[in-house]
Amino acid sequence: MRRRINIYRDIDWVTVLLYFILVIMGWLNIYAAVYNEEHNSIIDLSMKYGKQMLWIAASILLIVTIMLIDSRFYAFFAYPTYLFVIFLLLVVLLFGTEVNASRSWIVIGGFRLQPGEFAKFATALALARFLSAENMKIHKFKNLLSIAVIIFLPAALILLQNDTGSALVYASLLIVLYREGLSVSVLLIGFFAAILFIMALTLPVLYVLLFIVFVSCVLLLLLFEAKKDVLKGIFFFLITVGVLYLINLISLDRSFMWVLIASVVTSSFVLTIRALIHKIPILFLIIAITIGAFAYTFSVDYLFDNVLVAHQRSRINHLLGIESDPLGAGYNVNQSKIAIGSGGFSGKGFLQGTQTKYDFVPEQSTDFIFCTVGEEWGFMGTTVVLLLFLMLLIRLIVLAERQRSGFSRIYGYAVVSILFFHLAVNVGMTIGLAPVIGIPLPFFSYGGSSLWAFTALLFVFLRIDASRRELLR
Amino acid sequence: MQQVSLNTRKYVVISIIILIIIIYIAKLFSIQVLDNQYKTSASSNVLRHITQYPVRGLIYDRNNHLMVYNEAAYDLMVIPHQLKAFDTAALCEILDVTPSYVDAQLRKAKNYSRYKASVFLKQVSAMNYAQLQEELYLFPGFFTQTRTLRKYPDPIAAHVLGYVGEVNDGIVENDKYYKSGDYIGISGIERAYEHELRGQKGVEVFMVDVHNRIKGSYNDGEHDRSAVPGQSIQLTLDAELQAYGEKLMQNKIGSIVAIEPASGEILAMVSTPTYHPNLLSGRQRGVNYRKLQLDSLKPLFNRALQAQYPPGSTFKVLNALIGLQTGVVSVQTEYSCYYGYHIGSFSLGCHGHTSPLNLIESIQHSCNAYYCHVYRNILDEASDAGIVVNYQKWREIARSFGFGKKLGIDFPFELQGLIPESKYFENIYKSAWNSLNIVSMAIGQGEVLVTPLQMANSTAAIANRGFYYVPHLIKNIEKENGIDPKYEVKRYVGVDEEHFDPVIEGMYQAVHGGPGSTARFAKLEGIEICGKTGTAENPHGEDHSIFIAFAPKDDPKIAVSVYVENGGYGSVYAAPIASLIIEKYLIGEVKRGWYEERIFNANLLSREKKD
Ligand SMILES: [Zn+2]
Repeated sequence: MRRRINIYRDIDWVTVLLYFILVIMGWLNIYAAVYNEEHNSIIDLSMKYGKQMLWIAASILLIVTIMLIDSRFYAFFAYPTYLFVIFLLLVVLLFGTEVNASRSWIVIGGFRLQPGEFAKFATALALARFLSAENMKIHKFKNLLSIAVIIFLPAALILLQNDTGSALVYASLLIVLYREGLSVSVLLIGFFAAILFIMALTLPVLYVLLFIVFVSCVLLLLLFEAKKDVLKGIFFFLITVGVLYLINLISLDRSFMWVLIASVVTSSFVLTIRALIHKIPILFLIIAITIGAFAYTFSVDYLFDNVLVAHQRSRINHLLGIESDPLGAGYNVNQSKIAIGSGGFSGKGFLQGTQTKYDFVPEQSTDFIFCTVGEEWGFMGTTVVLLLFLMLLIRLIVLAERQRSGFSRIYGYAVVSILFFHLAVNVGMTIGLAPVIGIPLPFFSYGGSSLWAFTALLFVFLRIDASRRELLR
Repeated sequence: MQQVSLNTRKYVVISIIILIIIIYIAKLFSIQVLDNQYKTSASSNVLRHITQYPVRGLIYDRNNHLMVYNEAAYDLMVIPHQLKAFDTAALCEILDVTPSYVDAQLRKAKNYSRYKASVFLKQVSAMNYAQLQEELYLFPGFFTQTRTLRKYPDPIAAHVLGYVGEVNDGIVENDKYYKSGDYIGISGIERAYEHELRGQKGVEVFMVDVHNRIKGSYNDGEHDRSAVPGQSIQLTLDAELQAYGEKLMQNKIGSIVAIEPASGEILAMVSTPTYHPNLLSGRQRGVNYRKLQLDSLKPLFNRALQAQYPPGSTFKVLNALIGLQTGVVSVQTEYSCYYGYHIGSFSLGCHGHTSPLNLIESIQHSCNAYYCHVYRNILDEASDAGIVVNYQKWREIARSFGFGKKLGIDFPFELQGLIPESKYFENIYKSAWNSLNIVSMAIGQGEVLVTPLQMANSTAAIANRGFYYVPHLIKNIEKENGIDPKYEVKRYVGVDEEHFDPVIEGMYQAVHGGPGSTARFAKLEGIEICGKTGTAENPHGEDHSIFIAFAPKDDPKIAVSVYVENGGYGSVYAAPIASLIIEKYLIGEVKRGWYEERIFNANLLSREKKD
């Protein structure tokens, strides 16, 4: 049976309160960031804070709408919503308008929309729906593949729009998978792949291959009982390298990389035969990982040099800190740290900031809004903001854990993951602890699309949570 | 049971979140509370990068005569937040602008940034600048920035030199060097040698306080980079000859291209109507450009390498050479001419002259019938392989003279003319085509198109008896050793050296022979000129007058092609113009006063049909 619910009674007011505190603080800081003496009416629509006021008003309408919709709707329409957003991402990729070199906007009339912002919400719904299916076995290969498609399809489309930052957000959904039982070893393999990816782009291929060989040896030593045999194996490998090196020196005249690859192939061959004779499956696994890692390194290298176009390459290079304009190396981060640092313990006071307003900090109302907090409100302000976010995140985890349906719990964790990733990267980049990738600070940064997307993400969860008692088991 | 173990994972997630927040708060504590460096530096550690613009390279002619130099110009800049109330009317008076201009520019500047400088008025005139400097203190927030403008001492060679203008958004996006508002060579030499001429921008880094006042050099100027001036370049052009050529072509539409055969250096490249190069420099550039663009005579169009005309009878020289090379005629071969070439229902007229005539006389008298025979022989008898193979062989040799392809001159927007593939005719005549179908190409009519540059180049190849150098305009670049080696390679044409002498003799006789020689009007006392007239049919009006020539015969110093649109027969205008160019270049002055007066005074613009 179903019980009638009362939204007013059952909605989690703690979260609602935290939301409004954050949104209002965000607006005050946008006002401060673009404030000037001539335009000081708070609803001046030619100024960013005037527009943001409008977006906030629209968000309240959005919240009311979400509350009026039946909670079962979201699970039911999870896949259609997801497909619709994928469709929009394709549209934007083909016909979108370019802003700051990212082709991520749909412009209809004077109205601009970034479908990428809403894709997070839709992906969270679709992932929750998929993982909450009955008898879900997360480690079945087929399921892992489906999960990967659900997560990486929107991420890839957003990456193609040149919005690297927003694409990386999807990696945060690994937290959801972890909570839902993905084994730590799968996470480690993913982690290893990410490290290899970055190494393949930043280091000479030879170093990466040496790193792989090193990791394989460590794995062998860790996973095998017979350490003596492993040491023998490593010794055998080194001998192979030496012999091949000499042969190469005398007659072949190829690079050392060739020697290394030939040695790995030879050793793998010998080890495979040993594994067959002694029936040691774990040895197969390690050989497969090593050879797979080699192939992976070369394909990343190839893809990067031959498939990506120049501006995508330079973006990735920039992201990894390989390439940046000579005078601007760390310039933005340095300016941002100066702005935050100059705030001191208690800040310069509302509207008294100078660093952020004088155009010396880039994107001061969007990606670098945290600088204004730091400058005008000081350490107290930044700590309060971080603690408010911490309270919100922990509160959401508590809410997620009290859900009776898998769908709502998983969705709740997705909300937590996405908000946390945005918070960690956005604040991290302003203080030099994370790479500068342009993603907004939830509820704070200027922009209608991002505010609405975060509002929808959060309040759909609150709506589902309010109905948790409908299902009596 | 699994659910139980998974439940502990929420603590892991919460721990990670708390850990990261603690790290961030610790870091914030360090930079906001512990570290005083940020507080003390905040007021002075804001950096401002000021671009140092290099001086653009100068351009000289082959005799080191200055053709392009720079003049200082001043942009008035504004920083909106430093503005105080000022007397708008006074500013308008000093600058010659309207109050609405002031309003619009200030609004634009504020929209860009309240704290960064925007251009308020570009290129304040020298007179206004003097007054402005005196009264600038009345207008806080305004300051001037020095830029340079291109200036031209002589009103010549506008098409060759080209012009510079502001970069567009596309360039800014694709080339990191350029920032919005920078200048770049847009056409001509300015474009072709942009990289050499522009130099390298520099930068000075200053520390600026919160009121945007410069507090001094950052890090003792360690990050400063001074601007590297652009390199000066020397052109192969002879400014005097160029000026003379432009004067000859005044009030006429067309082109003169003169090349030094022994090097491929372009001595003059005239395209008329032309314009004063100063028109496209400075504040009035936009207005002037639009005016020129709307002019029905198309003064912006560089006819020397973008106009594609039929070569007319000058093409007979090429067909004579190919005929000799393929062996279908010899110097002694004679054909009769019955006031033209008549076969069956086909008829192509000719003018009255002695008949029959041999190869040398055929050039001297420019006989149409003779070349109908020669051309049909080439297509039908050069080999047994049939017309397609023979035509392609002919086309290949024609292309070896530089026709139907881009020559590779160091100049943008060169066109390639047209020598059609045999397929073109197969399509038109549905495979069943014969040499009579395209016989008009024998006399340079029909489907063939050439540019004046290609004509001059092929004349140079004839003067050299079988090779040419890719025509070029660059003679010297300040800091580089020599020019692109591709301009120093001999390009051999597909005709052997021995076949040139009879053809050149024909061209010599055309100028120096007795009555009936077509180019006698080009004769110049004391210089052996070899030339060939041409007339290109013009469906829109009077025919175009064409002449190619080189001189002296045995030691060629100059090869020239002249196109005069609506000029009628080649001998009427083009031949005397070429003769005068040769006289000017080889002798240094023109002594035939009446002869050049006639050309100076001729106005053919009224013949241009306006449609
Ligand atoms: Zn004749």
